[in-house]
Amino acid sequence: MKQTDRRDFLKLAGMAGVTFTAGLFPGREAAAQAGGDFHFVQFSDTHWGYKGAANPDAEHTLEKAIVTVNGLAKQPDFIVFTGDLTHTTDDPKERRNRMKRVKEIIGELKVKDVRFMPGEHDASLDKGEAYKEIFGDTHYTFDHKGVHFIALDNVSDPGAKLGDEQLAWLAADLKKHKPDDRIVVLTHRPLFDLQPSWDWATADGAKAIDLLMPYQNVVVFYGHIHQENNHMTGHIAHHAAKSLVFPQATPGPDAPPRRPPPPPYDASQKNLGTRDISMAKAVTFVELPVTKA
Amino acid sequence: MKRRYFIALLVAGSAAGGVARLEAATTREVEVIAEKFDYTPDMIKAKVGQPLTFVLTSVDRIHGFKMPDFGVRTDIVPGVDTRVTITPTKVGKFAYFCDVFCGDGHEEMAGTLVVEA
Repeated sequence: MKQTDRRDFLKLAGMAGVTFTAGLFPGREAAAQAGGDFHFVQFSDTHWGYKGAANPDAEHTLEKAIVTVNGLAKQPDFIVFTGDLTHTTDDPKERRNRMKRVKEIIGELKVKDVRFMPGEHDASLDKGEAYKEIFGDTHYTFDHKGVHFIALDNVSDPGAKLGDEQLAWLAADLKKHKPDDRIVVLTHRPLFDLQPSWDWATADGAKAIDLLMPYQNVVVFYGHIHQENNHMTGHIAHHAAKSLVFPQATPGPDAPPRRPPPPPYDASQKNLGTRDISMAKAVTFVELPVTKA
Repeated sequence: MKRRYFIALLVAGSAAGGVARLEAATTREVEVIAEKFDYTPDMIKAKVGQPLTFVLTSVDRIHGFKMPDFGVRTDIVPGVDTRVTITPTKVGKFAYFCDVFCGDGHEEMAGTLVVEA
């Protein structure tokens, strides 16, 4: 990313922050991207309904983040929620109440073009039944200013699978696109084996990656792991977002075999937040705090 | 805990003349009970080279049992004994966990296999 681009983007975002730039969309020449510049914001893992020591402020964290995003100097074209909108409950009525309430809160966003995806907390206990009633389809596509977005559901199957039917749907959708089309995949769980012993994977995610591999300009944004993580499978970049409830332990080769509990609550909430993603010649993003300093 | 033993015959034919080799391997069985949101026991010891069979049962609902380090997974269905056998090849600590989302506490439903020399 050129320095001028970076300054422009920070101005666009309306606040300074650490900008992450991957060499994304490497196969796409600038001339082919005229008119494609825009930005959108990713929220993830709001876990509405969570009550616990990992975030005693959980009831208000989402509202604070919405105020921050509403305060951006230039509002995003749209907003995505990559799953775990609600914290799970065995009670189907309470599940729906939580979904309705979180939808109400999200209604406070200035931007009204909001795209939802489920997480396992929303959809795994009832195969997405309540989620579909309140938020709609669990997987779908949309296009925006020359970029093709694909929302994948790897949570409605309680075994964390996309399933053959959805994979066939994905294959059929991709066939309509040229190898150098710009494609953004949105999903909840990592499609690759990030930390299999912590269940941070999608059982058949490798099949989706295989289908995406012939396309030169693919970026995946996901949630689930409650922290930033940047990973490449070949030329495909995968970026995990922070959550709005609590962070999780850091994965890696030296991590313990069992996932440790979340770290103690940090009242600064600096390990929580949302993400502003700019789609220009390269894809860049800046992490937004819960509360603007 | 039930223990059963068997003798495994491993026939390793050589290209030179089909020489048979007889090896004895003892398989240990360990019962593991799954219930929201725990396995009992949640820590199991094993030895390198000794086959270990998990005899898995669930008392409440379908759970999963996955050990990525050994490439095994299965559903655990209530009322059914499900057997999974592994043979550890190296010392270390390895997780087993539920990979069928089962509610608030699912993420903590895990155990550790401790493999000793």
